[in-house]
Amino acid sequence: MTIKLGVPSKGRLMEKTFDWFGARGVTLTRTGSEREYAGAVDGVDGVDLVLLSAGEIPRELAAGRIHLGVTGNDLIQEKLVQWDQKVEPLAPLGFGHANLIVAVPNCWVDVDTLDDLDGAAAAFRARHGFRMRIATKYHRLVRDYLRRGGVADYQLVDSQGATEGTVKNLTAEAIADITSTGETLRANHLKILDEPPVLESQATLFRSRRAEVTDQERAALRALIERLGL
Amino acid sequence: MAQDIPNKSRVRIEAESICEGFVADGAMRFETDILLQAEVLLDLYGEDIRARAYVTTDPERGEMMLRPDFTVPVVQYHMQGDGFPASYTYFGEVFRKQEDYPDRRSEYMQVGYEEFGGSNAAESDADVFGQFSDVLAPLGLRAATGDIGILIAMVRGLATTEDRRAALMRHIWRPARFTALVKRFAGLAPVPPSRAALLASEAPLQDAGVMIGLRSEREIETRIDALRADAAEPPMSVEIVDLIATVLSVSETCPNALEHLRDIAVEMPGLLPALDRFEARCEAMARRGVDVDSLPFEASYGRTSMEYYDGFVFGFYSEARPDLPPVATGGRYDALTRRLGQGREIPAVGGVIRPDLVLDLGGLP
Repeated sequence: MTIKLGVPSKGRLMEKTFDWFGARGVTLTRTGSEREYAGAVDGVDGVDLVLLSAGEIPRELAAGRIHLGVTGNDLIQEKLVQWDQKVEPLAPLGFGHANLIVAVPNCWVDVDTLDDLDGAAAAFRARHGFRMRIATKYHRLVRDYLRRGGVADYQLVDSQGATEGTVKNLTAEAIADITSTGETLRANHLKILDEPPVLESQATLFRSRRAEVTDQERAALRALIERLGL
Repeated sequence: MAQDIPNKSRVRIEAESICEGFVADGAMRFETDILLQAEVLLDLYGEDIRARAYVTTDPERGEMMLRPDFTVPVVQYHMQGDGFPASYTYFGEVFRKQEDYPDRRSEYMQVGYEEFGGSNAAESDADVFGQFSDVLAPLGLRAATGDIGILIAMVRGLATTEDRRAALMRHIWRPARFTALVKRFAGLAPVPPSRAALLASEAPLQDAGVMIGLRSEREIETRIDALRADAAEPPMSVEIVDLIATVLSVSETCPNALEHLRDIAVEMPGLLPALDRFEARCEAMARRGVDVDSLPFEASYGRTSMEYYDGFVFGFYSEARPDLPPVATGGRYDALTRRLGQGREIPAVGGVIRPDLVLDLGGLP
């Protein structure tokens, strides 16, 4: 059997991952037609490339169906309960940087901290009769962050895309989303709270703590990790 | 999982037998749905409950929640009734996510007992605690007690502005946030630069840019005015901060705690009515045969649980198995009946026992 390495199946994340491994003497390539999700690994033996959606890699690692996987630590921490017992981060890959942040309308000149957000939420609920809505797709991470920050009287509303537009569309009062440059936020008249981000994320190589390995696979895994200089 | 099945039926038998005991003492049997409307629970407990309860969606009825406890349904049931005092008992499954403790059960049985409308709070508190204490006596558990009413009285009596008292009251159930607010009101925490800049600005809304969202310019102005007014207030004195910390750290036997709190009340007279209630409860408990002299009291007990208790709180723990959650918990929740009763309020006190943990500890004879 072989070691299975899960890599995002398309886009810049895939290309940059290929570059990162290539620079360390492990060549990853897609094989077959443009549309076929198949790949090959050269430069080290006993490793198979598995092309997956970046969002599915956490689940596959946790289930032990792949031994290694590249994905953002935002997705790992959002999707896996007690993630550190299921996967081990081996190396940050230095790309795919993004922060998960909480942002409010620019015009909220009175709100810059979590303390402000809590105060505004209390007044908002008293005035409007419902809890202040924060749009996000990172429910667990954001809820935990707000709980630790002592924010009450808010509700999370699910937003799987175009989250920055929800405030203008009156479906949320604030948002929590991934941003790298902040440009989309500015264009939508939003500002980031003056607080540490919910999470600082980048593409990371993870090892599954759940995948079973034979002696042969363990040797292949060790050879790969050595080759990568980790 | 298969070996759990006989155990499940044993848990049910244990639950039934505890429940029968409450019925024999005059309680009415109560049953309710497992699938509850999520909205009322979310509004009550806030977003945090999503981390602990299972929320699902029904295409027609919207968000539904797998019953996280029986309290809300039993309060709703009682408040729709004739309003006469009544006590209820029930048992059934409740569902709680265990993200922090994956080894703990996420589906388990609860047996409950709730008393509504008792005209003498001290007697009702003592009766409920006494019943739980009697039922659980064979297990030799450690009891813990507290009284959120004392903390509420403390905040209500603070010599500071109404806004500050309201902010502290909102966060009694979030100890870290509560302490941070106390520090800020006392001027012991640095003012964030953004706040300082806002207060220094003569027309802060001038550069606000495009107004978007439901929160209006008027609401923003109102909050800025409130912040300015608060900044103009003198800080809360260091003495008050120390007194608050002293109250929160009280942890001794009931009689000693009462004496200690009475000493503090010399400088915090707002505590006195709540302390009179505490004393009356101790006396009622003693009359009911509870060994009050050795019963522990912690002023901060119950602050981090579900935020509906607003008076007496209690729990029973196994000292031999500190890894287990409490075997029983309960308390007084008059404020919950006020929020669910649209203006009406009914005195309410009760608690739940976990029959699965009772069995884990050897069961009741």
